Amino acid sequence: MRSRRVAEILSEVDGGPDLLMRLSTECLAALSVTGVGVALMTADGPSGVVVAATDDRARQLEELQFALGEGPCVEASASGRPVLQPDLQVAGPARWPRFGAAVLDAGVQAIFAFPLRVGAIRVGVLDCYRDVPGRLVPADLAEALAYARAVTEAVLYLQSHDGLIAPIDSRAEVHQATGMIAIQLNVGLADALLRLRAHAYSSDRTVASVAADVVGRRLSFDDGAMEP
Amino acid sequence: MTSREQLLATTFVDLADTLVADFDVIDFLHLLATRSVELLDADAAGIMLADDAGLHVMASSTEEARLLELYELQNDEGPCLDCYRTGRPVVRTDARTMRTKWPVFTQRLRELGFRSAHALPMRLRGDTIGALNLFRSAPGHLSESALAIGQAMADVATVGLLQERAIAASERLAIQLQDALTSRVQLEQAKGVLAQRTGLPMDQAFQLMRDYARGRGKRLGDVAAHIIAGSVDSDLLRDAPRPKPPRTRPNER
Repeated sequence: MRSRRVAEILSEVDGGPDLLMRLSTECLAALSVTGVGVALMTADGPSGVVVAATDDRARQLEELQFALGEGPCVEASASGRPVLQPDLQVAGPARWPRFGAAVLDAGVQAIFAFPLRVGAIRVGVLDCYRDVPGRLVPADLAEALAYARAVTEAVLYLQSHDGLIAPIDSRAEVHQATGMIAIQLNVGLADALLRLRAHAYSSDRTVASVAADVVGRRLSFDDGAMEP
Repeated sequence: MTSREQLLATTFVDLADTLVADFDVIDFLHLLATRSVELLDADAAGIMLADDAGLHVMASSTEEARLLELYELQNDEGPCLDCYRTGRPVVRTDARTMRTKWPVFTQRLRELGFRSAHALPMRLRGDTIGALNLFRSAPGHLSESALAIGQAMADVATVGLLQERAIAASERLAIQLQDALTSRVQLEQAKGVLAQRTGLPMDQAFQLMRDYARGRGKRLGDVAAHIIAGSVDSDLLRDAPRPKPPRTRPNER
């Protein structure tokens, strides 16, 4: 059941638009971290739907995990346990070869990912990052867990009020592009998404912008130019 | 401990334990009804719960109790209804008052061999979700202590039910969200597959898919799944309009 702290957090933001963004901002203020992001997850991993990010790096963190299919949020969601990585410099590249290197480049030194789950159902993940290394103190950890529960309730509230349609819509092109690439390369959809992600990662672009080029027929993954 | 005290202790644990995987609300309320009879010096018990449409008979210790509750609903009178409406216990044993207040119900009560009726609210703070009815074949009302224990049982059961409902509602929403995410992915992927195969722009590819689904009375989601699996291609492609030539030549990669 909802704890007193979770009820308090939710009463402070009190519904309304940008609920998840305001919760993330409150979470950022409550913890000694640099940025906070929230992404929706499915049983297969990141959905690519980032529903809140307090800064560009927080958004980039979520994007990277979607692009690479690896990282703390992927792990936290799959295991149902928080993933706490207080020093990415030391442990990051070994644990997540590509994600670790990429986030260090972006100036992220520590990352803490909290699963948003309802029973065994994976809903999403709350990611907090820091630009200096260091553990979360116990009080911060307790607070982060309370925020994770509050964000879970907020996500369900939005789902019951059609509040997640727009964020889910925003990823439509990525999936359309995946379908196109699958035919272009004659591969399965999962492989097509990997190729899309790899292209984005290696060309240092977001998955969304590469997808827009594919859908706009400015970029094709098969050998020659596309047939008109 | 006496065996009654033991049963009482077990009952409170059982009534609090709603967070099990195979929770069944009817079994749970049936437990409340039968234990009420065993523990409270009553001869029959019945439980009504409310939903948006009103009160429903959910469980009873005997067929007679079930009939009595149904009479209450049919005739819109009786202790359970008063209790649910006021959120307060109803204890009435005086025959004349009963006949005045609930003429039909009181007659049925006597016909079925009962002399008194009690109703305890199933309530948490301001929220009354139903009532527990207790019937006795002897005249006179239940003791203060029996009523207090009965109310405590009703209270614990209410907390358990509300908790189970909240969790079930959350799970429903979480599953809905999962379904929305995955079905949306499939739909968009299918559009992409079709757009690539036909050379049509995305919106026309979607139109083609929709017309195909509508024309054959199929669900769009099923058609999308088939397109992804590559199994409705020939039909669909035959229906496809020829794409207009692009305005500009696509760039070489």
